[in-house]
Amino acid sequence: MPPPIEFELRRRTLLAGTAAVAAASVARLAHAQEQAGSAASAQQQSDIALTVNGTEHRITVDNRTTLLDVLREDLHLTGTKKGCDHGQCGACTCSVNGERINSCLSLAVLHDGDDVTTIEGRGAPGQLDPMQAAFVSHDAFQCGYCTPGQIQSAHAVIGEIRAGIPSHVTSDLTAVIELTEAEIRERMSGNICRCGAYSNILAAITEVAEDQA
Amino acid sequence: MKAFSFERASSAQAAAARAAEVQGAKFIAGGTNLVDLMKLGIEAPEHLIDVSGLGLDRIEETDEGGLRIGAMVSNTALSADVRIRRDYPVLTRAIAAGASGQLRNKATTGGNLLQRTRCPYFYDTAQACSKRVPGSGCSALTEGAFSRQLGVIGTSDACIATHPSDMAVAMRVLDATIETVTPTGMTRRIPLEEFHLLPGDTPEKETALMPGELITAVTLPAPVGGIQRYHKVRDRASYAFALVSVALIRQPDGSGRVALGGVAPRPWRLAAADAELPNGARAVMARLLDGARPTEETQFKITLAERTLAALLLEE
Ligand SMILES: Cc1cc2nc3c(=O)[nH]c(=O)nc-3n(C[C@H](O)[C@H](O)[C@H](O)COP(=O)(O)OP(=O)(O)OC[C@H]3O[C@@H](n4cnc5c(N)ncnc54)[C@H](O)[C@@H]3O)c2cc1C
Ligand code: SF4
Repeated sequence: MPPPIEFELRRRTLLAGTAAVAAASVARLAHAQEQAGSAASAQQQSDIALTVNGTEHRITVDNRTTLLDVLREDLHLTGTKKGCDHGQCGACTCSVNGERINSCLSLAVLHDGDDVTTIEGRGAPGQLDPMQAAFVSHDAFQCGYCTPGQIQSAHAVIGEIRAGIPSHVTSDLTAVIELTEAEIRERMSGNICRCGAYSNILAAITEVAEDQA
Repeated sequence: MKAFSFERASSAQAAAARAAEVQGAKFIAGGTNLVDLMKLGIEAPEHLIDVSGLGLDRIEETDEGGLRIGAMVSNTALSADVRIRRDYPVLTRAIAAGASGQLRNKATTGGNLLQRTRCPYFYDTAQACSKRVPGSGCSALTEGAFSRQLGVIGTSDACIATHPSDMAVAMRVLDATIETVTPTGMTRRIPLEEFHLLPGDTPEKETALMPGELITAVTLPAPVGGIQRYHKVRDRASYAFALVSVALIRQPDGSGRVALGGVAPRPWRLAAADAELPNGARAVMARLLDGARPTEETQFKITLAERTLAALLLEE
């Protein structure tokens, strides 16, 4: 049975409020059309140098291009995914100068000289890094679309706890932060998994954290 | 997204001067709000000035015993600073309750204060919204509109949007001041309480900043101690904007300060309401939310604010 109309409307508006999802797909279309229709003038382009997974690239980008689009469209590193394209789902998470960010909300021109690690830089089939291997052994995904972002965040979460960065669930702000399930869950909240593999993701991260302890 | 030209500012003052002189120019810091709005066509700058490389990313002690937080300090770095955690814990709590780990790494102190409302009609360019298109009307105030995320006080007949920042609510309870540089190179100090404007008839005018003016820092006065709390109530346990949030500083003698988030166009605090703290949550909210004009959908925020404060006052 379909949900009552009122419920459905509310759901959609809530999404719009916290997520702007409906408007997003329209905007993406407009974006593609604009980019196809107008070649950017020189003033609207910039030359940048990016080190990605240890390799330096010198590229000219339209100023509008996000780091995510440079990785995927220019460097053909398609491991980093485009989900919502509005910083809400975490699929585009990658590491820049050692910190995780949403690459979809970051313009490539702002990353001149930066050092980026994508999922391709973590490990490859046959030489998975421990987090990738733990995700496999714990079945921490189903469709796999959010997985690269989840793994990037998973690495960062362990690092952030060790670095003493407090979270919403940290009880004592002046004590050493413990690596608990609650801490991991809270810190992973910026990565949405539509298949709902959360409990297995948690198990994978916990295992890696314990092995490294 | 509309095409734009780009430059890296060489100094804070040069950035402000350029922003005033170049048509359609805007600053970009972390970009987590601006790029989002540019993708949706809500913001369409013709020129972006990158202010992230100006060395405004330090937290220094002031002569008055407080802290001066550079405008480019990231939300993560600010929340993790040992001095903030020890002396201004309400600020760490508020920041950690907002957004996600990824976003907090990029979000800056200045950008966070200037993030725009999350009103769903502001975000939907097919709807009338006077904040987005001055004079076009307010879809949130039409019959049957969805206003659950919107404000109850300080609002007007033209706009009932809230300011969505958590960080700003804690800064308000800490009596923070904003430091700027103007296009002519003057330094200004604006108390946070005067920084965000109430909508009145001009909801598009959101802050006291003049065109081109750049935020360089936020200063906190010397620590005031007390028990400091930030409680955010939202539709899910993490990673959602506040329905209501309460920042509280309570001294051993029962006196203290209260600021609310999620209910008004700016962090909401009144001296007369602070003075009622020894008399309990109901007395505080009677003052703080006096004159509130909730919609049917936001009526619950009045009760929720009082109960949230009451719960905090029971904690010791
Ligand atoms: C999915 C999602 C969830 C979020 N949840 C929360 C939440 O729960 N709580 C919360 O508080 N926030 C939340 N946020 C908002 C986030 O905190 C802001 O996007 C961020 O703080 C903005 O900082 P920025 O440096 O990226 O700003 P930018 O996007 O770079 O800039 C924002 C605005 O400020 C201007 N600006 C920037 N720096 C200066 C300066 N120094 N002087 C003058 N003007 C300047 C820019 O021109 C622009 O207009 C969320 C964001 C997203 C995308
Ligand atoms: S409440 Fe304000 S932001 Fe929302 S639609 Fe009305 S005018 Fe626009």
